[in-house]
Amino acid sequence: MVYPLIWLFFASFKENTELFSSLQLLPKHFVWSSYPDGWQGAGQYTYTTFFGNSLWMVGWTVFFTLVSSILVAYGFSRFDFPCKKFLFMLMISTLMLPNAVIIIPRYILFKNFGWLDGYLPFIIPAAFACYPFFIFMLIQFFRGLPKELDESAELDGCNPLMTLTHILMPLSKPALFSAGIFQFMWTWNDFLNSLIYINSIRKFTVSLALRMAIDTTGGVTWNQIFAMSVVAVMPLVLIFFFAQKYFVEGIATTGLKG
Amino acid sequence: MHTARGVSKKQFNRSLWGLLFISPWLIGFLVFQLYPLLASLVYSFTDFSILKKPVFIGFDNYIRMFTQDAHFWGSLKATLIYALISVPSKLIFALLIAMILNLKLKLINFFRTAYYLPSIMGGSVAIAILWRFLFMKSGIINRMLAIVGIPAIDWLGSPNVALITISLLVVWQFGSSMVLFLAGLKQIPEDLYEAGRIDGAGRIRLFFNITLPMLTPIIFFNLIMQSINALQEFTGAFVITNGGPMYATYLFGLKIYDDGFQFLKMGYASALSWVLFAIMMIFTALLFKSSNAWVHYEDGGDQQ
Repeated sequence: MVYPLIWLFFASFKENTELFSSLQLLPKHFVWSSYPDGWQGAGQYTYTTFFGNSLWMVGWTVFFTLVSSILVAYGFSRFDFPCKKFLFMLMISTLMLPNAVIIIPRYILFKNFGWLDGYLPFIIPAAFACYPFFIFMLIQFFRGLPKELDESAELDGCNPLMTLTHILMPLSKPALFSAGIFQFMWTWNDFLNSLIYINSIRKFTVSLALRMAIDTTGGVTWNQIFAMSVVAVMPLVLIFFFAQKYFVEGIATTGLKG
Repeated sequence: MHTARGVSKKQFNRSLWGLLFISPWLIGFLVFQLYPLLASLVYSFTDFSILKKPVFIGFDNYIRMFTQDAHFWGSLKATLIYALISVPSKLIFALLIAMILNLKLKLINFFRTAYYLPSIMGGSVAIAILWRFLFMKSGIINRMLAIVGIPAIDWLGSPNVALITISLLVVWQFGSSMVLFLAGLKQIPEDLYEAGRIDGAGRIRLFFNITLPMLTPIIFFNLIMQSINALQEFTGAFVITNGGPMYATYLFGLKIYDDGFQFLKMGYASALSWVLFAIMMIFTALLFKSSNAWVHYEDGGDQQ
Protein backbone atom coordinates (compact mmCIF):
# COMPACT_ATOMS: atom_id res chain seq x y z
CA MET A 1 0.00 0.00 0.00
CA VAL A 2 2.78 2.41 0.78
CA TYR A 3 4.85 1.21 -2.14
CA PRO A 4 3.90 4.14 -4.41
CA LEU A 5 4.95 6.52 -1.65
CA ILE A 6 8.26 4.77 -1.11
CA TRP A 7 8.74 4.74 -4.86
CA LEU A 8 8.07 8.46 -4.99
CA PHE A 9 10.64 9.07 -2.29
CA PHE A 10 13.42 7.18 -4.07
CA ALA A 11 12.40 8.47 -7.49
CA SER A 12 13.20 11.96 -6.30
CA PHE A 13 16.87 10.89 -6.03
CA LYS A 14 17.05 9.23 -9.42
CA GLU A 15 18.39 10.70 -12.59
CA ASN A 16 15.66 11.80 -14.94
CA THR A 17 16.60 9.21 -17.58
CA GLU A 18 16.62 6.43 -15.03
CA LEU A 19 12.98 7.18 -14.22
CA PHE A 20 12.04 5.95 -17.66
CA SER A 21 14.50 3.12 -18.04
CA SER A 22 14.89 1.23 -14.81
CA LEU A 23 12.45 -0.65 -12.64
CA GLN A 24 14.61 -0.75 -9.58
CA LEU A 25 13.33 0.91 -6.49
CA LEU A 26 16.68 2.23 -5.37
CA PRO A 27 18.46 4.76 -7.57
CA LYS A 28 21.65 3.61 -9.31
CA HIS A 29 23.35 6.53 -7.71
CA PHE A 30 21.72 9.13 -5.57
CA VAL A 31 21.24 12.51 -7.19
CA TRP A 32 20.81 15.18 -4.58
CA SER A 33 20.51 18.15 -6.87
CA SER A 34 16.84 17.54 -7.69
CA TYR A 35 15.92 19.07 -4.35
CA PRO A 36 17.79 22.39 -4.58
CA ASP A 37 17.04 22.63 -8.33
CA GLY A 38 13.36 21.82 -7.87
CA TRP A 39 13.15 24.29 -5.02
CA GLN A 40 14.16 27.06 -7.42
CA GLY A 41 10.82 26.65 -9.20
CA ALA A 42 10.32 27.51 -12.85
CA GLY A 43 9.85 31.26 -12.83
CA GLN A 44 10.90 34.06 -10.60
CA TYR A 45 9.53 32.57 -7.38
CA THR A 46 11.01 29.70 -5.43
CA TYR A 47 9.28 27.18 -3.25
CA THR A 48 10.24 29.34 -0.29
CA THR A 49 7.48 31.68 -1.45
CA PHE A 50 5.00 28.88 -2.14
CA PHE A 51 5.65 27.17 1.16
CA GLY A 52 5.37 30.44 3.01
CA ASN A 53 2.05 31.09 1.28
CA SER A 54 0.69 27.65 2.09
CA LEU A 55 1.74 27.86 5.72
CA TRP A 56 0.30 31.33 6.12
CA MET A 57 -3.03 30.35 4.59
CA VAL A 58 -3.29 27.04 6.42
CA GLY A 59 -2.11 28.44 9.75
CA TRP A 60 -4.75 31.15 9.96
CA THR A 61 -7.47 28.87 8.63
CA VAL A 62 -6.72 26.25 11.26
CA PHE A 63 -6.49 28.84 14.03
CA PHE A 64 -9.82 30.47 13.21
CA THR A 65 -11.55 27.15 12.62
CA LEU A 66 -10.62 26.03 16.11
CA VAL A 67 -11.60 29.28 17.81
CA SER A 68 -14.96 29.59 16.09
CA SER A 69 -15.83 25.90 16.28
CA ILE A 70 -15.18 25.63 19.98
CA LEU A 71 -17.34 28.66 20.75
CA VAL A 72 -20.22 27.30 18.69
CA ALA A 73 -19.85 23.78 20.02
CA TYR A 74 -19.91 25.16 23.55
CA GLY A 75 -23.05 27.13 22.79
CA PHE A 76 -24.84 24.10 21.39
CA SER A 77 -23.76 21.64 24.03
CA ARG A 78 -24.23 23.66 27.23
CA PHE A 79 -26.94 26.27 26.69
CA ASP A 80 -30.64 26.35 25.97
CA PHE A 81 -32.02 28.96 23.64
CA PRO A 82 -35.00 29.35 21.34
CA CYS A 83 -35.02 27.13 18.23
CA LYS A 84 -31.97 25.26 19.44
CA LYS A 85 -33.14 21.91 18.07
CA PHE A 86 -33.94 23.42 14.70
CA LEU A 87 -30.63 25.27 14.47
CA PHE A 88 -28.73 22.17 15.47
CA MET A 89 -30.48 20.18 12.73
CA LEU A 90 -29.64 22.91 10.27
CA MET A 91 -25.99 22.82 11.29
CA ILE A 92 -25.82 19.04 10.97
CA SER A 93 -27.56 19.07 7.59
CA THR A 94 -24.89 21.40 6.20
CA LEU A 95 -22.45 18.53 6.73
CA MET A 96 -23.87 17.20 3.51
CA LEU A 97 -24.00 20.48 1.62
CA PRO A 98 -21.80 19.96 -1.42
CA ASN A 99 -19.10 22.50 -2.11
CA ALA A 100 -19.83 22.25 -5.84
CA VAL A 101 -23.21 23.93 -5.41
CA ILE A 102 -22.13 27.03 -3.55
CA ILE A 103 -18.79 27.59 -5.22
CA ILE A 104 -20.02 30.01 -7.88
CA PRO A 105 -22.04 32.41 -5.71
CA ARG A 106 -19.25 32.32 -3.15
CA TYR A 107 -16.79 33.31 -5.82
CA ILE A 108 -18.97 36.22 -6.88
CA LEU A 109 -19.52 37.23 -3.25
CA PHE A 110 -15.78 37.23 -2.54
CA LYS A 111 -15.16 39.14 -5.73
CA ASN A 112 -17.58 41.82 -4.57
CA PHE A 113 -15.84 41.92 -1.21
CA GLY A 114 -12.54 42.38 -3.06
CA TRP A 115 -11.07 39.21 -1.55
CA LEU A 116 -9.98 37.50 -4.77
CA ASP A 117 -6.34 36.62 -5.24
CA GLY A 118 -5.79 36.40 -1.51
CA TYR A 119 -6.36 34.04 1.38
CA LEU A 120 -9.41 35.70 2.91
CA PRO A 121 -11.80 33.32 1.05
CA PHE A 122 -10.26 30.57 3.17
CA ILE A 123 -9.74 32.39 6.43
CA ILE A 124 -12.97 34.34 6.87
CA PRO A 125 -15.37 31.39 6.42
CA ALA A 126 -13.20 29.54 8.94
CA ALA A 127 -13.61 32.40 11.40
CA PHE A 128 -17.39 32.08 11.00
CA ALA A 129 -17.44 28.36 11.75
CA CYS A 130 -18.27 27.19 8.24
CA TYR A 131 -16.92 23.72 8.96
CA PRO A 132 -19.81 21.92 10.65
CA PHE A 133 -17.77 18.76 10.87
CA PHE A 134 -15.53 20.23 13.55
CA ILE A 135 -18.42 21.76 15.47
CA PHE A 136 -20.07 18.37 15.52
CA MET A 137 -16.86 16.69 16.60
CA LEU A 138 -16.36 19.10 19.50
CA ILE A 139 -20.02 18.87 20.56
CA GLN A 140 -19.62 15.11 20.78
CA PHE A 141 -16.54 15.66 22.92
CA PHE A 142 -18.21 18.19 25.25
CA ARG A 143 -21.08 15.78 25.78
CA GLY A 144 -18.62 13.47 27.40
CA LEU A 145 -17.50 16.07 29.94
CA PRO A 146 -19.60 16.28 33.14
CA LYS A 147 -21.78 19.36 33.49
CA GLU A 148 -20.92 19.56 37.18
CA LEU A 149 -17.59 21.01 36.12
CA ASP A 150 -19.31 24.02 34.58
CA GLU A 151 -21.63 24.42 37.51
CA SER A 152 -18.87 24.48 40.09
CA ALA A 153 -16.91 26.94 37.99
CA GLU A 154 -19.97 29.13 37.88
CA LEU A 155 -20.33 28.95 41.67
CA ASP A 156 -16.75 30.10 41.89
CA GLY A 157 -17.75 33.18 39.95
CA CYS A 158 -16.74 32.33 36.42
CA ASN A 159 -18.86 33.68 33.63
CA PRO A 160 -19.61 31.24 30.78
CA LEU A 161 -16.71 32.46 28.64
CA MET A 162 -14.25 31.99 31.50
CA THR A 163 -15.71 28.56 32.20
CA LEU A 164 -14.96 27.66 28.60
CA THR A 165 -11.43 29.00 28.54
CA HIS A 166 -10.39 27.92 32.06
CA ILE A 167 -12.18 24.63 32.57
CA LEU A 168 -13.36 23.06 29.33
CA MET A 169 -10.66 24.06 26.89
CA PRO A 170 -7.76 22.57 28.82
CA LEU A 171 -9.73 19.33 28.99
CA SER A 172 -10.50 19.36 25.27
CA LYS A 173 -6.91 19.47 24.12
CA PRO A 174 -7.11 16.04 22.45
CA ALA A 175 -10.27 16.95 20.54
CA LEU A 176 -8.93 20.36 19.54
CA PHE A 177 -5.71 18.76 18.48
CA SER A 178 -7.36 16.26 16.18
CA ALA A 179 -9.67 18.91 14.73
CA GLY A 180 -6.63 21.09 14.05
CA ILE A 181 -4.78 18.25 12.38
CA PHE A 182 -7.65 17.43 10.08
CA GLN A 183 -8.20 21.03 9.12
CA PHE A 184 -4.48 21.40 8.47
CA MET A 185 -4.53 18.36 6.22
CA TRP A 186 -7.61 19.39 4.25
CA THR A 187 -6.50 22.97 3.74
CA TRP A 188 -2.96 21.93 2.88
CA ASN A 189 -4.27 19.52 0.24
CA ASP A 190 -6.94 21.86 -1.06
CA PHE A 191 -6.64 22.36 -4.78
CA LEU A 192 -9.93 23.41 -6.34
CA ASN A 193 -10.46 26.44 -4.09
CA SER A 194 -6.85 27.56 -4.45
CA LEU A 195 -7.18 27.21 -8.19
CA ILE A 196 -10.25 29.40 -8.26
CA TYR A 197 -9.30 32.10 -5.79
CA ILE A 198 -5.59 32.58 -6.34
CA ASN A 199 -4.32 33.95 -9.62
CA SER A 200 -0.96 35.58 -9.20
CA ILE A 201 2.01 33.27 -9.05
CA ARG A 202 3.47 35.22 -6.15
CA LYS A 203 0.53 34.03 -4.05
CA PHE A 204 0.47 30.42 -5.27
CA THR A 205 0.25 27.67 -2.71
CA VAL A 206 2.37 24.53 -3.00
CA SER A 207 -0.47 22.67 -4.75
CA LEU A 208 -0.75 25.32 -7.43
CA ALA A 209 3.00 25.50 -7.86
CA LEU A 210 3.23 21.75 -8.39
CA ARG A 211 0.44 21.77 -10.88
CA MET A 212 2.15 24.64 -12.72
CA ALA A 213 5.39 22.66 -12.76
CA ILE A 214 3.94 19.72 -14.68
CA ASP A 215 2.27 22.08 -17.11
CA THR A 216 5.20 24.25 -17.96
CA THR A 217 8.07 21.81 -18.01
CA GLY A 218 6.20 19.11 -19.87
CA GLY A 219 7.69 16.44 -17.67
CA VAL A 220 11.27 17.13 -18.64
CA THR A 221 12.50 17.24 -15.09
CA TRP A 222 10.37 14.66 -13.37
CA ASN A 223 12.92 14.05 -10.64
CA GLN A 224 12.65 17.67 -9.58
CA ILE A 225 8.88 17.50 -9.63
CA PHE A 226 9.00 14.37 -7.50
CA ALA A 227 11.43 16.03 -5.14
CA MET A 228 9.00 18.90 -4.65
CA SER A 229 6.12 16.43 -4.29
CA VAL A 230 8.01 14.77 -1.47
CA VAL A 231 8.54 18.13 0.16
CA ALA A 232 4.87 18.98 -0.36
CA VAL A 233 3.60 15.92 1.47
CA MET A 234 6.29 16.04 4.14
CA PRO A 235 4.31 18.20 6.59
CA LEU A 236 1.45 15.70 6.36
CA VAL A 237 3.71 12.73 6.95
CA LEU A 238 5.40 14.40 9.91
CA ILE A 239 2.11 15.38 11.50
CA PHE A 240 0.82 11.91 10.92
CA PHE A 241 3.71 10.21 12.66
CA PHE A 242 3.79 12.57 15.58
CA ALA A 243 0.06 12.62 16.10
CA GLN A 244 -1.09 9.17 15.02
CA LYS A 245 -3.07 8.59 18.16
CA TYR A 246 -5.25 11.62 17.48
CA PHE A 247 -5.80 10.67 13.89
CA VAL A 248 -7.19 7.28 14.59
CA GLU A 249 -9.19 8.52 17.58
CA GLY A 250 -10.56 11.43 15.62
CA ILE A 251 -11.80 9.15 12.89
CA ALA A 252 -12.97 6.30 15.02
CA THR A 253 -15.03 8.47 17.35
CA THR A 254 -16.72 10.66 14.79
CA GLY A 255 -16.29 9.12 11.38
CA LEU A 256 -15.37 11.17 8.38
CA LYS A 257 -14.34 11.39 4.79
CA GLY A 258 -10.91 10.61 3.45
CA MET B 1 -42.68 34.62 43.05
CA HIS B 2 -39.35 36.22 43.62
CA THR B 3 -37.41 33.00 43.10
CA ALA B 4 -39.40 32.14 39.98
CA ARG B 5 -38.47 35.43 38.44
CA GLY B 6 -34.87 34.97 39.52
CA VAL B 7 -34.71 31.58 37.82
CA SER B 8 -36.27 32.79 34.63
CA LYS B 9 -33.94 35.73 34.52
CA LYS B 10 -31.03 33.36 34.86
CA GLN B 11 -32.44 31.22 32.10
CA PHE B 12 -32.88 34.27 29.94
CA ASN B 13 -29.25 35.16 30.57
CA ARG B 14 -28.08 31.71 29.62
CA SER B 15 -30.15 31.88 26.45
CA LEU B 16 -28.35 35.07 25.55
CA TRP B 17 -24.97 33.51 26.24
CA GLY B 18 -25.90 30.50 24.14
CA LEU B 19 -26.97 32.65 21.22
CA LEU B 20 -23.82 34.70 21.58
CA PHE B 21 -21.67 31.58 21.38
CA ILE B 22 -23.38 30.20 18.32
CA SER B 23 -23.55 33.59 16.58
CA PRO B 24 -20.35 33.07 14.55
CA TRP B 25 -21.89 29.97 13.04
CA LEU B 26 -25.25 31.67 12.54
CA ILE B 27 -23.63 34.51 10.59
CA GLY B 28 -21.35 32.14 8.70
CA PHE B 29 -24.26 29.89 7.84
CA LEU B 30 -26.40 32.76 6.54
CA VAL B 31 -23.65 34.51 4.59
CA PHE B 32 -21.44 31.67 3.35
CA GLN B 33 -23.86 28.77 3.05
CA LEU B 34 -27.54 29.69 2.86
CA TYR B 35 -27.10 32.81 0.76
CA PRO B 36 -24.81 31.10 -1.78
CA LEU B 37 -27.20 28.17 -1.98
CA LEU B 38 -30.17 30.40 -2.78
CA ALA B 39 -28.10 32.66 -5.02
CA SER B 40 -26.93 29.74 -7.12
CA LEU B 41 -30.55 28.71 -7.56
CA VAL B 42 -31.43 32.22 -8.73
CA TYR B 43 -28.35 32.42 -10.99
CA SER B 44 -29.32 29.13 -12.56
CA PHE B 45 -32.27 30.89 -14.19
CA THR B 46 -30.11 33.67 -15.59
CA ASP B 47 -27.62 34.35 -18.30
CA PHE B 48 -24.74 35.59 -16.21
CA SER B 49 -21.14 36.10 -17.09
CA ILE B 50 -19.16 37.79 -14.38
CA LEU B 51 -18.62 40.81 -16.64
CA LYS B 52 -22.24 41.82 -17.09
CA LYS B 53 -25.39 41.84 -15.00
CA PRO B 54 -27.48 38.66 -14.79
CA VAL B 55 -30.40 38.49 -17.23
CA PHE B 56 -33.36 36.32 -16.31
CA ILE B 57 -33.90 33.62 -18.93
CA GLY B 58 -36.22 31.16 -17.16
CA PHE B 59 -35.49 27.52 -17.76
CA ASP B 60 -33.24 28.11 -20.77
CA ASN B 61 -30.08 26.92 -19.01
CA TYR B 62 -31.75 23.68 -18.02
CA ILE B 63 -33.29 23.15 -21.42
CA ARG B 64 -29.98 23.85 -23.11
CA MET B 65 -28.03 21.37 -21.02
CA PHE B 66 -30.50 18.57 -21.67
CA THR B 67 -30.83 19.22 -25.37
CA GLN B 68 -27.83 21.10 -26.76
CA ASP B 69 -24.80 20.69 -24.52
CA ALA B 70 -22.46 18.22 -26.22
CA HIS B 71 -20.83 17.13 -22.98
CA PHE B 72 -23.66 17.16 -20.45
CA TRP B 73 -24.87 13.58 -20.75
CA GLY B 74 -21.39 12.19 -21.23
CA SER B 75 -20.11 14.00 -18.20
CA LEU B 76 -23.08 12.88 -16.11
CA LYS B 77 -22.55 9.31 -17.21
CA ALA B 78 -18.81 9.44 -16.49
CA THR B 79 -19.51 10.81 -13.00
CA LEU B 80 -22.07 8.15 -12.17
CA ILE B 81 -19.83 5.37 -13.46
CA TYR B 82 -16.92 6.83 -11.54
CA ALA B 83 -18.95 6.84 -8.31
CA LEU B 84 -20.28 3.37 -9.06
CA ILE B 85 -16.76 1.99 -9.50
CA SER B 86 -14.92 3.87 -6.80
CA VAL B 87 -17.32 3.90 -3.85
CA PRO B 88 -18.19 0.19 -3.62
CA SER B 89 -14.63 -0.95 -4.36
CA LYS B 90 -13.28 1.39 -1.75
CA LEU B 91 -15.73 0.17 0.87
CA ILE B 92 -15.26 -3.53 0.08
CA PHE B 93 -11.52 -3.09 0.20
CA ALA B 94 -11.68 -1.11 3.44
CA LEU B 95 -13.84 -3.79 5.06
CA LEU B 96 -11.61 -6.60 3.86
CA ILE B 97 -8.46 -5.01 5.25
CA ALA B 98 -10.22 -4.03 8.46
CA MET B 99 -11.23 -7.65 8.99
CA ILE B 100 -7.69 -8.83 8.43
CA LEU B 101 -6.36 -6.21 10.82
CA ASN B 102 -8.98 -7.18 13.37
CA LEU B 103 -7.39 -10.59 13.74
CA LYS B 104 -4.98 -10.51 16.60
CA LEU B 105 -1.92 -9.81 14.52
CA LYS B 106 1.50 -8.81 15.64
CA LEU B 107 2.66 -5.43 14.36
CA ILE B 108 -0.97 -4.41 14.07
CA ASN B 109 -0.16 -0.77 14.69
CA PHE B 110 2.44 -0.78 12.00
CA PHE B 111 -0.01 -2.14 9.42
CA ARG B 112 -2.75 0.20 10.49
CA THR B 113 -0.37 3.09 9.95
CA ALA B 114 0.82 1.80 6.61
CA TYR B 115 -2.70 1.36 5.30
CA TYR B 116 -3.83 4.71 6.56
CA LEU B 117 -0.93 6.75 5.25
CA PRO B 118 -2.20 7.10 1.64
CA SER B 119 -5.44 8.61 2.91
CA ILE B 120 -3.87 11.57 4.61
CA MET B 121 -2.38 12.70 1.34
CA GLY B 122 -5.85 12.37 -0.05
CA GLY B 123 -6.60 14.63 -2.92
CA SER B 124 -3.22 16.31 -2.92
CA VAL B 125 -1.78 17.39 -6.22
CA ALA B 126 1.54 15.74 -5.39
CA ILE B 127 -0.08 12.32 -5.30
CA ALA B 128 -2.14 12.97 -8.42
CA ILE B 129 1.09 13.81 -10.26
CA LEU B 130 2.65 10.60 -9.00
CA TRP B 131 -0.37 8.66 -10.21
CA ARG B 132 -0.11 10.23 -13.62
CA PHE B 133 3.50 9.15 -13.88
CA LEU B 134 2.93 5.62 -12.60
CA PHE B 135 0.14 4.94 -15.07
CA MET B 136 1.71 6.54 -18.12
CA LYS B 137 1.96 4.29 -21.14
CA SER B 138 5.68 3.85 -20.54
CA GLY B 139 5.16 4.09 -16.80
CA ILE B 140 6.14 1.83 -13.94
CA ILE B 141 2.88 -0.10 -13.79
CA ASN B 142 3.10 -1.21 -17.39
CA ARG B 143 6.76 -2.10 -17.07
CA MET B 144 5.94 -4.25 -14.05
CA LEU B 145 3.15 -5.95 -15.94
CA ALA B 146 5.59 -6.63 -18.76
CA ILE B 147 7.74 -8.66 -16.38
CA VAL B 148 4.90 -11.08 -15.75
CA GLY B 149 4.07 -11.05 -19.44
CA ILE B 150 0.97 -8.91 -19.43
CA PRO B 151 0.88 -6.55 -22.42
CA ALA B 152 0.89 -2.83 -21.74
CA ILE B 153 -2.44 -1.25 -20.92
CA ASP B 154 -3.11 2.30 -22.01
CA TRP B 155 -4.21 3.36 -18.53
CA LEU B 156 -4.72 7.02 -19.25
CA GLY B 157 -5.06 7.10 -23.03
CA SER B 158 -7.87 4.66 -23.53
CA PRO B 159 -11.34 6.06 -22.86
CA ASN B 160 -12.63 2.83 -21.34
CA VAL B 161 -9.74 2.39 -18.93
CA ALA B 162 -9.00 5.97 -17.87
CA LEU B 163 -12.06 6.20 -15.67
CA ILE B 164 -10.99 3.07 -13.81
CA THR B 165 -7.46 4.46 -13.42
CA ILE B 166 -8.60 7.62 -11.71
CA SER B 167 -10.96 5.72 -9.46
CA LEU B 168 -8.08 3.43 -8.44
CA LEU B 169 -6.52 6.47 -6.82
CA VAL B 170 -9.55 6.89 -4.58
CA VAL B 171 -9.76 3.20 -3.78
CA TRP B 172 -6.13 3.38 -2.69
CA GLN B 173 -7.14 5.95 -0.10
CA PHE B 174 -9.41 3.62 1.80
CA GLY B 175 -7.77 4.33 5.17
CA SER B 176 -10.43 6.39 6.92
CA SER B 177 -13.24 4.02 5.95
CA MET B 178 -11.06 1.18 7.16
CA VAL B 179 -10.52 2.78 10.55
CA LEU B 180 -14.27 3.23 10.89
CA PHE B 181 -14.87 -0.41 10.05
CA LEU B 182 -12.16 -1.45 12.46
CA ALA B 183 -13.83 0.51 15.24
CA GLY B 184 -17.14 -1.12 14.31
CA LEU B 185 -15.69 -4.62 14.28
CA LYS B 186 -14.33 -4.16 17.77
CA GLN B 187 -17.84 -3.28 18.99
CA ILE B 188 -19.32 -6.62 17.96
CA PRO B 189 -19.65 -8.77 21.09
CA GLU B 190 -17.70 -12.00 20.93
CA ASP B 191 -20.56 -14.06 22.39
CA LEU B 192 -22.60 -13.48 19.23
CA TYR B 193 -19.96 -15.41 17.35
CA GLU B 194 -19.83 -18.03 20.12
CA ALA B 195 -23.55 -18.58 19.78
CA GLY B 196 -23.24 -18.75 16.03
CA ARG B 197 -20.51 -21.36 16.21
CA ILE B 198 -22.51 -23.48 18.63
CA ASP B 199 -25.32 -23.43 16.10
CA GLY B 200 -22.84 -24.82 13.62
CA ALA B 201 -22.37 -21.78 11.40
CA GLY B 202 -19.25 -21.62 9.26
CA ARG B 203 -17.08 -18.58 8.72
CA ILE B 204 -19.04 -17.40 5.73
CA ARG B 205 -22.38 -17.73 7.52
CA LEU B 206 -20.96 -15.88 10.53
CA PHE B 207 -19.83 -13.08 8.25
CA PHE B 208 -23.16 -12.68 6.49
CA ASN B 209 -25.37 -13.26 9.51
CA ILE B 210 -23.45 -11.41 12.20
CA THR B 211 -20.56 -9.25 11.00
CA LEU B 212 -22.25 -7.63 8.03
CA PRO B 213 -25.58 -6.80 9.75
CA MET B 214 -23.74 -5.37 12.75
CA LEU B 215 -21.71 -3.10 10.47
CA THR B 216 -24.63 -1.76 8.44
CA PRO B 217 -24.80 1.60 10.27
CA ILE B 218 -21.15 2.23 9.40
CA ILE B 219 -21.63 1.03 5.84
CA PHE B 220 -24.60 3.36 5.53
CA PHE B 221 -22.66 6.36 6.84
CA ASN B 222 -19.68 5.61 4.61
CA LEU B 223 -21.87 5.08 1.59
CA ILE B 224 -23.50 8.50 1.92
CA MET B 225 -20.34 10.49 2.65
CA GLN B 226 -18.19 8.73 0.05
CA SER B 227 -20.84 9.05 -2.64
CA ILE B 228 -21.22 12.77 -2.05
CA ASN B 229 -17.46 13.12 -2.31
CA ALA B 230 -17.21 10.96 -5.41
CA LEU B 231 -19.92 12.90 -7.25
CA GLN B 232 -17.92 16.10 -6.68
CA GLU B 233 -14.47 14.70 -7.46
CA PHE B 234 -12.17 17.21 -9.11
CA THR B 235 -8.45 17.13 -8.34
CA GLY B 236 -7.68 13.59 -9.51
CA ALA B 237 -9.43 13.86 -12.84
CA PHE B 238 -8.16 17.39 -13.43
CA VAL B 239 -4.48 16.67 -12.74
CA ILE B 240 -4.20 13.09 -14.02
CA THR B 241 -6.23 13.15 -17.22
CA ASN B 242 -7.66 16.66 -17.42
CA GLY B 243 -10.97 15.19 -18.51
CA GLY B 244 -9.56 13.20 -21.40
CA PRO B 245 -9.16 11.09 -23.42
CA MET B 246 -12.11 12.08 -25.54
CA TYR B 247 -13.91 13.44 -22.47
CA ALA B 248 -13.99 9.97 -20.90
CA THR B 249 -13.01 11.37 -17.49
CA TYR B 250 -14.74 14.72 -17.88
CA LEU B 251 -16.41 14.46 -14.48
CA PHE B 252 -19.21 16.80 -13.52
CA GLY B 253 -16.94 18.74 -11.18
CA LEU B 254 -14.64 19.52 -14.12
CA LYS B 255 -17.55 20.58 -16.26
CA ILE B 256 -18.84 22.99 -13.63
CA TYR B 257 -15.34 24.41 -13.23
CA ASP B 258 -14.87 24.82 -16.99
CA ASP B 259 -18.24 26.41 -17.70
CA GLY B 260 -18.11 28.67 -14.66
CA PHE B 261 -14.49 29.71 -14.33
CA GLN B 262 -13.00 29.12 -17.78
CA PHE B 263 -15.89 30.20 -19.99
CA LEU B 264 -17.38 32.51 -17.32
CA LYS B 265 -20.89 31.17 -17.89
CA MET B 266 -21.75 31.54 -14.22
CA GLY B 267 -25.50 31.17 -14.70
CA TYR B 268 -25.14 28.02 -16.72
CA ALA B 269 -22.61 26.55 -14.31
CA SER B 270 -25.00 27.27 -11.44
CA ALA B 271 -27.72 25.35 -13.24
CA LEU B 272 -25.29 22.45 -13.68
CA SER B 273 -24.44 22.51 -10.01
CA TRP B 274 -28.12 22.35 -9.11
CA VAL B 275 -28.55 19.29 -11.27
CA LEU B 276 -25.68 17.70 -9.37
CA PHE B 277 -27.23 18.76 -6.08
CA ALA B 278 -30.59 17.30 -7.10
CA ILE B 279 -28.92 13.99 -7.94
CA MET B 280 -27.20 13.94 -4.58
CA MET B 281 -30.42 14.73 -2.74
CA ILE B 282 -32.37 12.05 -4.58
CA PHE B 283 -29.60 9.56 -3.96
CA THR B 284 -29.35 10.41 -0.26
CA ALA B 285 -33.13 10.30 0.14
CA LEU B 286 -33.29 6.88 -1.51
CA LEU B 287 -30.51 5.60 0.72
CA PHE B 288 -32.27 6.88 3.83
CA LYS B 289 -35.54 5.33 2.66
CA SER B 290 -33.94 2.00 1.94
CA SER B 291 -32.00 2.09 5.19
CA ASN B 292 -35.02 0.85 7.16
CA ALA B 293 -34.78 -2.36 5.24
CA TRP B 294 -31.09 -3.05 5.63
CA VAL B 295 -29.51 -0.89 8.30
CA HIS B 296 -29.58 -2.64 11.63
CA TYR B 297 -29.52 -0.53 14.78
CA GLU B 298 -29.06 -2.33 18.03
CA ASP B 299 -31.80 -1.43 20.56
CA GLY B 300 -33.29 0.81 17.90
CA GLY B 301 -32.11 4.08 19.38
CA ASP B 302 -28.59 3.53 20.54
CA GLN B 303 -27.16 5.90 17.94
CA GLN B 304 -26.40 9.37 19.17
